[in-house]
Amino acid sequence: MILMYFTERPYRDVPEDEVIKNRGFFGVPNRFFDREVGARLYNEYLDEMVYAEDEGFDAIMLNEHHGTPFCMGAVMNVEASILARITKRARIVLLGNPLPTFKNPLRIAEELATIDCISHGRLVPGWVRGAGSEQIFNQANPAYNRERFEEAHDLILAAWTRPGPFRWEGKHFNYRYVNPWVTPFQKPHPPIMIPGVLSPETVVWCAQHRYPYLGLGTALSATAELWNIYGDTAAKEGYVAGSENFGYLQHVFVAETEEKAQELGKAHLFGGGQGAFSRPEHTLPPGYNSKEATKRLARTMTAGSGGFLGVSAEQLGRSKSNDDQPANLQAVADSTRRRLARGEATIDEAKVAIYKSYQKAQDGLQIITGTPKTVIPKLRRILEVLRPGTFGVFQSQGPVSFEDRMTSIRLLGQEVLPAVREIGKELGIQDPFERQPGSRPYTTGTQRDQLVSLDALRANA
Amino acid sequence: MAEWTEEITHIAGTNLAIVKGGKGKPLLILHEELGHPGWMSYHQELAKDRTLIIPIQPGYGKSPRVEQIRNVHELGLFYSWVLNEMNLAPIDVIGFSIGGWTAAEMATANSKIFRKMMLVAPSGIKPADGEILDIFAVTIGTQLNATVHDATAAPEFRKLYGGERTPEQFESFEEARTESARIAWDPILNNPSLSYFLQGVKGLPTHIVWGREDATVPVSAADAYKAALKNTDVKLTIFDGCGHRPEIEKSAEFVKLVREFLA
Amino acid sequence: MHIMYFTERPYRDVPEDEVIKNRSFFGVPNRFYDAQVGARLYNEYLDEDVYAEEVGFDAIMLNEHHGNPFCMGAVMNVEAAILARITKKVRIVLLGNPLPVVKNPVRLAEELAEIDLISKGRLVPGWVRGAGSEQIFNQANPAYNREYFNEAHDLVLACWTKPGPFRWEGKHFNFRYVNPWALPYQKPRPPIWIPGVISAETVVWCAKHRYPYIGLGTALQSTVELWNLYGQTAADEGYMAGTENFGYLQQIHVAETEEEAQKQGRAAMFGGGAANFSRPEHTLPPGYNSKEATRRLAKQATDYGFLGITSEKLKESQSGDVRHIGIPKQNGDTREKLRKGEISVEEAKKKIYANYQKAQDGLQIIIGTPKTVIPKLKLIMEVLRPGVFGLFQAQGPLTTQQRLTSIRLMGQEVLPAMREIAKGLGIVDPFEREPGSRPYTSGTQYDSLVDLEALKRAPKRDESVRV
Repeated sequence: MILMYFTERPYRDVPEDEVIKNRGFFGVPNRFFDREVGARLYNEYLDEMVYAEDEGFDAIMLNEHHGTPFCMGAVMNVEASILARITKRARIVLLGNPLPTFKNPLRIAEELATIDCISHGRLVPGWVRGAGSEQIFNQANPAYNRERFEEAHDLILAAWTRPGPFRWEGKHFNYRYVNPWVTPFQKPHPPIMIPGVLSPETVVWCAQHRYPYLGLGTALSATAELWNIYGDTAAKEGYVAGSENFGYLQHVFVAETEEKAQELGKAHLFGGGQGAFSRPEHTLPPGYNSKEATKRLARTMTAGSGGFLGVSAEQLGRSKSNDDQPANLQAVADSTRRRLARGEATIDEAKVAIYKSYQKAQDGLQIITGTPKTVIPKLRRILEVLRPGTFGVFQSQGPVSFEDRMTSIRLLGQEVLPAVREIGKELGIQDPFERQPGSRPYTTGTQRDQLVSLDALRANA
Repeated sequence: MAEWTEEITHIAGTNLAIVKGGKGKPLLILHEELGHPGWMSYHQELAKDRTLIIPIQPGYGKSPRVEQIRNVHELGLFYSWVLNEMNLAPIDVIGFSIGGWTAAEMATANSKIFRKMMLVAPSGIKPADGEILDIFAVTIGTQLNATVHDATAAPEFRKLYGGERTPEQFESFEEARTESARIAWDPILNNPSLSYFLQGVKGLPTHIVWGREDATVPVSAADAYKAALKNTDVKLTIFDGCGHRPEIEKSAEFVKLVREFLA
Repeated sequence: MHIMYFTERPYRDVPEDEVIKNRSFFGVPNRFYDAQVGARLYNEYLDEDVYAEEVGFDAIMLNEHHGNPFCMGAVMNVEAAILARITKKVRIVLLGNPLPVVKNPVRLAEELAEIDLISKGRLVPGWVRGAGSEQIFNQANPAYNREYFNEAHDLVLACWTKPGPFRWEGKHFNFRYVNPWALPYQKPRPPIWIPGVISAETVVWCAKHRYPYIGLGTALQSTVELWNLYGQTAADEGYMAGTENFGYLQQIHVAETEEEAQKQGRAAMFGGGAANFSRPEHTLPPGYNSKEATRRLAKQATDYGFLGITSEKLKESQSGDVRHIGIPKQNGDTREKLRKGEISVEEAKKKIYANYQKAQDGLQIIIGTPKTVIPKLKLIMEVLRPGVFGLFQAQGPLTTQQRLTSIRLMGQEVLPAMREIAKGLGIVDPFEREPGSRPYTSGTQYDSLVDLEALKRAPKRDESVRV
């Protein structure tokens, strides 16, 4: 298994009231950014990553978001560059550069190749369409989001693998003289991994490209469904998908005592957590979602959490939640925000509503917080259901001290990761470096690997 | 009496230099990206029974740049405005290279602006085979060389470009290349939507002329233009042993073709 | 005096014959790039930077070029990011991000801010219009080059200093929601320095903005002219320019003995050096130069070998087959002969290296022991009085050890001498005295920026020799 350490690198000092007042992290005015805090935090996050490598993590995962205190990785390639030099073994996994927001994808090809060279081949570049707020921030036309994603993807791969100079005349990008004098260390190109939330189109696209797909903390049942779609597509493409084709990101926070863990774990809900990533108008700008994706979004979001990036049925205007499933936290977040917007709730009331959902968030596994002893069984359950070859541990958001974050990394490294590796072995999980994704041919009519365990899903519901 | 005059007129919001010469019905000539080459033999011939109207493209020579012209389609809108102001529409047009592309753009906006349209080796549509020469990433010499198939056989070409380069000539080339880069840099000398909108051109007899050995815009682009102009009457003439400038490489044949077409 | 260590980070393994055959570095096909070599070199160059900090340099300078084995810094901000973390004291001077090619100035603003934060305020961002080849490589319309530069500059500054969210609707850039959550450490903004070669417009623009101007190894005579132009503009703007407004970059290689130095220093001629940076058609794409600059360039007989923009190159940019096209006045250029097949690669190489002594005589390159290089640096310092001085490690196939030795000798012996000389000359750098901070009352005398007497003692460059 590939075990990754991930943090959004949040600007933890942002005043919570401002986030709540703004009804979202994205767009909190940048006058609240303090340079001393920013400088300290960037360096502390780098310290955490070096420490995570020391403590046994196989990879450091980064991500990119613009204009938000939720994540300081506006240009995550800056941090990736540094990691290339200051880490020794860990893979540097970028999930991901939002391709549609780039006006010069050739520069990204050069940048990533440079990072791969400096790291002696430890880069795992990943790409995303980017949250709605990224399109708005970067002036990237949302109606062309998917086209730009695909063309930039193709262009970057061409820049890496096709000898130059050559011309590129696409729909969205033209280059008259592609001949980069830096190409990746890893040949034919670095392994690519694609993270996603709910989009079946993305999953199908991944399967067609044989790229591992990493689910970003999405509800287990919705995730299982997507993975089966991947597996079906893989079969159509002539290969057997397996654990090597999948990854999963899970919030995990560990402390010495259960009491401390419970106290600190709450921080992940700070400001409304993922559900407050951005307001609806910034989350789904016009043209961003295809019609089918919109329909599916509406259905899957009622199945539980799905609070990642705050994309919810509520935000699509649906008011009904599915009573069979655990409480719809997103619905809570959204209704609180709407009431706030209408002046029907105060900031303090909103805060109370946010933190009231703490236990439910733990029950629904959006938050896993505890001692090694209590978190391991929860992780076992996820691993049994989803069998992901790559597993990312998502460090808490919110006002947790640097020391407590480091302690969590230490306990994870020393106690949790070994246990997870054991479970992985027991379940026969292979990661994408042990078994090349898409390398096992599929003969029609034969049995495919079981990608998920619906039994495990039902057993633990 | 001089064969031709050059006058500057305040029109369409700018000061436009226009070369005019000859007698008879007006004939619009849209010059190519290196600028109006001067009064060539084909001008002289055609001027015998037509009044040639040759606007000097804004940004070239004595015509100042018009910043609002950001691409070739907008250049076409500009010329259309000029024609309407001068009450010249509908007019016959011959467009050379980027001038041909411009005429095509004008036709998509309003095909009634022309009576008949001749396109001589126009850029603007990507050919199926080969690439449009990237004139902006080669030396002027290479660019010039690529405009004719056999310079020795084109005496007028040598007359224009043989001998020592003067500073003035150099400057005017740079100016011309700058302006065409400004409006046609990206996409590379083409409009991906042009072939779509050319389908809307009706009732505009068109003649496409090309040299088979064209090293600037490959001859397969002629088929692309012809296919796009499917809803109007279109003829295609390809000269053998000829490059990008049939009007000076095959002057006599070219003039004959024009006279027949515009009759 | 603020002394910088600089290297282009050349891909030293490129086969020289390929460069000469290609008649320039830019455009050598990238099949000659070996990522293993690249990985080693990137890391060695970072090691050099760390070492330079140890031996006493005040700053590390980086630059950016694309698609070119001459320089591996296609995305120099990657290296800048690393330096922000792995160095402790040195300033990180970027000369410069080519603004017209970046395409998303808001992202650049975020990126530079992050680097400034991580380094705790050691970034000196600098910006350039970018060489012609950068425009072609990055599909940046050369006709709008200066406009892109100006607008991107204004937008980056706005990102850094205007509280968000706000909208930007410019001629070339539109952003509907500017609210970056990475802002520079240095307030109100990091100091900005602008490097240049020959452009009077750039110098005037710098002076108007009170940005120090860094001359990139230009001939002393022309540099003097440009600095006086800056000084005059400064006076018009109401302030007095001084040493704090200027910097100079000098290519140099130092060894333990003169014999070793002269032997190793030949590497600086490799592939024809900066004069072979890119071919004419890639150096001056249409619209890149303003009309005035074009006219001036054509007339000037002076040699600006850096990045190979010479009057010859200008004429070359018109050249083609002599039989068909206007005959360029300059016939004897090695590259023209190569292009026409009149000489072989070997012969071209010989011609290049034959100029080694002349390149030293004309101070394009300074090669020697600390003892012999110091007097030459002293002369330059006397003439130009730059507050910032960049020591540019020689290009070409020097070994890692030779390069590190050069850095050591510079740090241990050359730098202390330079600092003494600077003190004697009353040179202050932009951190000792804020550029543009001294008011100028018109009619009064302003500082002499250069020493014309010293200039008389300086050697004249042979125009036919380019490095």
